[in-house]
Amino acid sequence: MSPLEENRSEPGVATRGPLGGAPTSATPPMQRDVARTIFQKGAPGRRAFVCPELDVPAVDVGELLPERFRRAQPPRLPEVSEPEIVRHYVGISKRNFDLDSGFYPLGSCTMKHNPRLHERVAALPGHARLHPLQDPEHAQGALELMWNLQRALSEISGLPHVSLQPSAGSHGELAGVLLTRAFHEDRGETRHKVLTPDTAHGTNPATVTMAGFEVVKLATNADGGIDIEDLRAKADTDVACLMLTNPNTLGLFDPNITEIAEIVHGVGATLYYDGANLNAVMGLSRPGDMGFDIVHFNLHKSFTQPHGGGGPGAGPIAVSDRIAPFLPVPVVVRRESEADGVQTEGARAGAEQAPEFDLDYERPKSIGRLRGFQGNYGCFVRAYAYICSLGGDGLRDASETAVLNANYLLARLKQRGVAELLPLAYGELCMHEFVLSGGPMKRALEIKTLDLAKRLLDFGFHPPTVYFPLLVDEALMVEPTETETKETLDAFADAIAAILEEAAADPEIARSAPYSTPVRRLDEVAAAKRPVIREVMA
Amino acid sequence: MLAAIGVGSVQEIFDRQIPAPVRLGRPLQLPDGLPEQDVFEHLRALASRNTSAEDELSFLGAGMYDHYVPALIDMLTERSEFLTPYTPYQPEISQGTLQVMFEYQTAIAELTGLAVSNASVYEGPSAVAAAGYLATLHNGRRRFVVSAGLHPHSIQTLRTNAHGYDAEVVEVPLRDGVTDLDAWSEAIDGDTSAAIFAQPNFYGAVEDAAALSAAAKAAADPVVVAQVDPITLGVLAPPGDCGVDVAVGEGQPLGNRLDFGGPSFGLFAAREEYLRRMPGRIAGETVDVDGRRGFVLTLQTREQHIRREKATSNICTAQALNALAGVVYLAWLGRRGIVELGELLLARTHYAREQLGAFPGVEKLHEQPVVREFALRLDADVAAVRRRCVERGVNPGVDAHALSGREEDRGVLLVAITERRTRADIDRLVEILGAAVASERRETVAV
Repeated sequence: MSPLEENRSEPGVATRGPLGGAPTSATPPMQRDVARTIFQKGAPGRRAFVCPELDVPAVDVGELLPERFRRAQPPRLPEVSEPEIVRHYVGISKRNFDLDSGFYPLGSCTMKHNPRLHERVAALPGHARLHPLQDPEHAQGALELMWNLQRALSEISGLPHVSLQPSAGSHGELAGVLLTRAFHEDRGETRHKVLTPDTAHGTNPATVTMAGFEVVKLATNADGGIDIEDLRAKADTDVACLMLTNPNTLGLFDPNITEIAEIVHGVGATLYYDGANLNAVMGLSRPGDMGFDIVHFNLHKSFTQPHGGGGPGAGPIAVSDRIAPFLPVPVVVRRESEADGVQTEGARAGAEQAPEFDLDYERPKSIGRLRGFQGNYGCFVRAYAYICSLGGDGLRDASETAVLNANYLLARLKQRGVAELLPLAYGELCMHEFVLSGGPMKRALEIKTLDLAKRLLDFGFHPPTVYFPLLVDEALMVEPTETETKETLDAFADAIAAILEEAAADPEIARSAPYSTPVRRLDEVAAAKRPVIREVMA
Repeated sequence: MLAAIGVGSVQEIFDRQIPAPVRLGRPLQLPDGLPEQDVFEHLRALASRNTSAEDELSFLGAGMYDHYVPALIDMLTERSEFLTPYTPYQPEISQGTLQVMFEYQTAIAELTGLAVSNASVYEGPSAVAAAGYLATLHNGRRRFVVSAGLHPHSIQTLRTNAHGYDAEVVEVPLRDGVTDLDAWSEAIDGDTSAAIFAQPNFYGAVEDAAALSAAAKAAADPVVVAQVDPITLGVLAPPGDCGVDVAVGEGQPLGNRLDFGGPSFGLFAAREEYLRRMPGRIAGETVDVDGRRGFVLTLQTREQHIRREKATSNICTAQALNALAGVVYLAWLGRRGIVELGELLLARTHYAREQLGAFPGVEKLHEQPVVREFALRLDADVAAVRRRCVERGVNPGVDAHALSGREEDRGVLLVAITERRTRADIDRLVEILGAAVASERRETVAV
């Protein structure tokens, strides 16, 4: 704790925001009870679980499992009753901010509303209690759903072939780069480099390394797009792939995309589309038509899989014809008739009549498996329900509204007079998100982007993504999504303006924010220096 | 809103940014949108075309299991506060999620007997691949020795990943149902980055984990990795006590639904020395400026959003909500419950194996101890036997050959027994499987 912070009287008392959204720390909210973990609760002998009766002949455990294989002491799991468990987890849940409670303009994360219908249909026993190794003829509903979702994602991306298998966006990226490797190897080529712009999501370069390639960074031009001259200089026959997000992480659609594709394809490399920002262009522009070979989708972004505090997600990929032979196994296939030639292992294994929808493992050029079973099916159910609800026109409306909302919020912030302190980093308009620079604010008001973000918490908003992309000084990346109202966007713009006004009078308020949250600023340095990552038990 | 932006139409916003040649210019060719109730009916109709564990007496396992999920898990995972936030990047308003991660890490460390756990990875087989990657970062070697008792999906996933960074995967065969210790020692050399086995293995057998770890260490000191089944750890010795360095596993049995294979979560625990090379999120304890206890994402300098190409993994969004189900399940089972459940599974599995193994044409694949799953060798075509059973409402288990593609797995049936399968259910399986095998053998003889 800095001496400054130590000596401060509770500043929150004097700093009610103009929206009335900043309670003071003089009266701590109830959820400020000292954090105690489930391991610190309960008492010996207390329990929730009642074991089903032993209905088979009792045999001494020692006979079934020799002592040297057995656990000597029971694991020190909690000893708590069901009401204690419920109170504990409901209690700590209230120490979370969530999308159902308020605006969540976290850039690049597409925090759109999660319809509860999706939870209901995913929980139907026919989906939820379906075993992944159920025979395809007894899982026709699931395979048809996956097939339909694949067709929809294919149409949305403009690429003909889809695998739903990857577990999240980063897993889709890994699939994509491994597919690229297989594609080049199949042509007898060994390439070593993958190009990524300096604005790329961190997952891109991390994936490249994991897939055994070397990262080569591309510069960004004055307009926020790829520096074409830099690309030309670096694109050679040792380049396997260019990974690109379009619109990129600055919220800008790269106008040179066709030329970029030509340059990349000209050296025989593949073009990979990071689909994190797909919510800007559904039904409006398609990666396949831009020249991309491989796309990943984040079903937990554009397609409403709830984020769950960090997952689950799903990261299906769509690919062009030339990449298709290498797709991970199994692939969901549909048989039009017995005669149309799709012969799978399952079919040969002797089912009298092969099922209409099936899993195909006979793909000799496949990169193999990326995980167990068929992927995060529960997420497929939700994404598919979303696509059924919206239809093609609805998806386009969603993207249009997302882009409208982002541009309106950007304009509204200008109207509220914050553009001088928080200028748009690049461009004039934006797609579904925009990036402001907090640099001028920092110089003029002596508060950092982090301070602004923390003060927003007192106003009841989740802050935007901060300090990303890296090339923007004190970056603030704002993505409102299509499911927010004009009133919410106005209120957010008002809050930003109010915080800046307040900081002009007394920057210390923002610097020490937040005040109204279950805990205040946490010492992350100490946490990393001497990590305590589990409860210490007696 | 358009006036504020200074454009005449929404279209103009796009026209000014997306070049004409890459605009779609036509509607997406997808069915029209539907009202909520119609979507529900459509999804319900699809669900009704699946035969779930609710519709038949199921003994399917081989990686995912029909354990009972207590009702309080549904209630908690459906709470907006857990269901709808993003990754806890703002700790002041994410203490719920962060504390859950911390508790989860505590439970997994305790269960595995290892010092550190992350907050979960995707699922089982990719966790094995992640452990392999950690091993290469740790010792720079480029070869994995894996037991043939590892789940085929794990071996295949490891191969897919290893091909990317040019590492080799070598399989060690089984003997009497468990990893051949001599072949294991022989296969592990100075280039071996990790030695990986499953506990229990794919055929249900309990491995001598301590002997495998010791032999590996003695041979060339690779990172010893065990893929464990967490629900067996109430009765099986924790991997940390057996000399294992990294324990990974499929978390689905802990309070997660089958969901046709996902989402679930992968557990990932290790000895302390591997902490700074672990993949995934880790929550750590700290204090706020007022001295109040709190939790933050910690050791983020391992992660992709900070370290980019030098990150220890590319993982970002993983399985937070599924891990929440996991830790709530473990709290629900509790210290004594996990042992009682394990002993119940042991007893029922033993009973089922003995009953089935006594039938003509059915024999135990091995005599090793088993906990919740076992393998039988049928003197009949497994696919045909399974079809006969399924017609009578009993799914007798997994055709090992269909899953692994291995020649030696022909005739092998994997049978899983969860606490949801009572003695009466097992007796029904015995009757129906026995009859099906007898019928198939008669037909074969007749032919």
